[in-house]
Amino acid sequence: MQSLVIVAHGSHLNPDSSAPTYAHADTIRAAGAFDEVRTGFWKEEPHFREVLRTVEGDDVYVVPLFVSEGYFTEQVIPRELRLDDWDVTAWDSDGLSADQATLVAEDIGREVHYCGPVGTHEAMTDVIVRRAESVTGDPDVGEGVGLAVVGHGTERNENSAKAIEYHADRIRDRDRFDEVRALYMDEDPEVDDLPDFFESDDVVLVPLFIADGYHTQEDIPEDVGLCADYTDGYDVPTVVDDTRVWYAGAVGTEPLMADVVLERAADAGADLGSALEDVRQTTRVATGD
Amino acid sequence: MDDTATPSSTSVPAIDLPSEAFDAVLDELATRDPGEPLRFEGFTVETETSNGDATTYRLDPAGDEPQTGLSEAALHEALDARAPAVTDWYAFERAVGEFGPRRAFLRWIEDADGETVATRYAALAEGITRAWGELRITATVTDRGARRYDVRHVDDAGTPVGDLDRYDDPLDARDLVTTDAAGRYRPLKTAPTLAAGWVFADLGPHDAYETVETIYPATVANWHREREGDLDVSHWRETMARQSGIYGVVKTWDRGEGYEHVNWVAESCCADSQCLKRREWEYDEETDLDVDGGDGVFPCREPCSLVVSAARKWTRLESEQPRSYTFELTPSEKEQLETIVDAVADGRADEIREADVKDGANRFRARFLRAKRFDDNGTLCGVATDPDDAE
Repeated sequence: MQSLVIVAHGSHLNPDSSAPTYAHADTIRAAGAFDEVRTGFWKEEPHFREVLRTVEGDDVYVVPLFVSEGYFTEQVIPRELRLDDWDVTAWDSDGLSADQATLVAEDIGREVHYCGPVGTHEAMTDVIVRRAESVTGDPDVGEGVGLAVVGHGTERNENSAKAIEYHADRIRDRDRFDEVRALYMDEDPEVDDLPDFFESDDVVLVPLFIADGYHTQEDIPEDVGLCADYTDGYDVPTVVDDTRVWYAGAVGTEPLMADVVLERAADAGADLGSALEDVRQTTRVATGD
Repeated sequence: MDDTATPSSTSVPAIDLPSEAFDAVLDELATRDPGEPLRFEGFTVETETSNGDATTYRLDPAGDEPQTGLSEAALHEALDARAPAVTDWYAFERAVGEFGPRRAFLRWIEDADGETVATRYAALAEGITRAWGELRITATVTDRGARRYDVRHVDDAGTPVGDLDRYDDPLDARDLVTTDAAGRYRPLKTAPTLAAGWVFADLGPHDAYETVETIYPATVANWHREREGDLDVSHWRETMARQSGIYGVVKTWDRGEGYEHVNWVAESCCADSQCLKRREWEYDEETDLDVDGGDGVFPCREPCSLVVSAARKWTRLESEQPRSYTFELTPSEKEQLETIVDAVADGRADEIREADVKDGANRFRARFLRAKRFDDNGTLCGVATDPDDAE
């Protein structure tokens, strides 16, 4: 029996935090590749500490719905899941290349495949592009348009910036958008000065965050100048200093994210049948193209 | 019946043996060697010999003697006459399946490890009801021996299904648990703030379990471990010692000067009025807290993330040293402050009637106190919080 466990941050204050996790779990359930799909959280229930005991399967894949390798994926999740003998070297990662480690979870006495975070998977690049298509309503968006991929920056974790740059580079190499820039909230180049970094009249701004919350709904819109106060709201697009800014909100809410979760499990050995193809199809409908 | 699976005085309902149950019996017997019996309540069935096509069966006892040499058709007839016992086997061995927590929970609902099939089927015919937190779960049996479950809020016990919002997919329960009746986000699923007005009226065993799992995550798994005698309780000290990052500071709150602060935490956060789990964690393995753990049916095995978050705040606040302040208040004003703290702590502030000025926590009473006793900086009686700031 094959089980998928999606682990995510969650929130004590904001119900939107877990919404993408549930949505992607539902998409994957509908694809039918796993006998069960469970979700576990750091700030909600079931907690990381107790989610594995709700899992029935004997072939368990744990996929962190986090944007980068770092404190949560390397310390908190393995500790709270009680993965025996976890050591970050098991991933043998340069900060972007964590794939999976197979370890016994002490809580259930069974092996689990602990996967790298969704945010650093190469399939995440496609989700960022898809997010740009969704927010502009244009499945061919790119020509004459700039793309800003925005993240936290290195203040807390240098791997956070690595993931942003990784995807920005990959999208740039596709020559689809006129310009692609990696911007940050707490270091240069800062998202506050967005129009300074682009010549294009239209710029799509995609924050590499899993869920909408304080950063994507309050911080970034105010920093970029989409609104003076986030409670005022803003239009998409909004003109800032002669640049039309298409603000996408958290990339993690894009339905295609379910595909990245599946890719992580597949890389760890899960038998997915046609689920990857199915999920790409069903999430494509959601964007209307 | 409420909360217990007490025997009913009504009779065992008529049950037709469904073909899938009979087929499951044959399948099970085919996996067993001749002479290795399959046990039902009150009798066993085994394969005698399999000579080519002519498999025969033995049923023991049948009346005073075993029945031997039964053909498949004769076995079907004999089992149809014993349909309650056979469908009971089928319900738990096949429909419910092996997963420990689910199986134990659904057996507990109808007291399957304590009562006979006849007693349970008679009771199921009327409905056996159990409480689980704020849930009311009622099990019934169909005329084919299958279990069906009605899951709803305890406050909706007597409400007709048609008067409630009806759901069938357990995952729909996620929306029901997200906010309370006033629309406020519920960060703790086991808080006694589950909104009423809905029903999962006709669930099979898997969906009944999943609905409970969605509403009260991991509570069945923890209850099951506790019943099995292996609940892994993680006490306050070890839980706080494990914390890192912004929560790492919490371990410094334990200063080896006793555990009174943890009593206060448990009294604040873990009382039954705040959380329906029964607290099983203590200060440490040797030191019990002085506060009651509550009466919940499912256990709490370690301080939850809300307690850890709150403890982080208290760790900082409690590092302050007390000071003496002098305020001038009337006796009624002092009591009013106490009433206001109580009203907030008990979640009563929103319930106080607009014009109930007899209540010290009434908004107009509080506004009057503020107008009279706070200065322009919002400072009580003009007394500076930090004496160095005093003018």
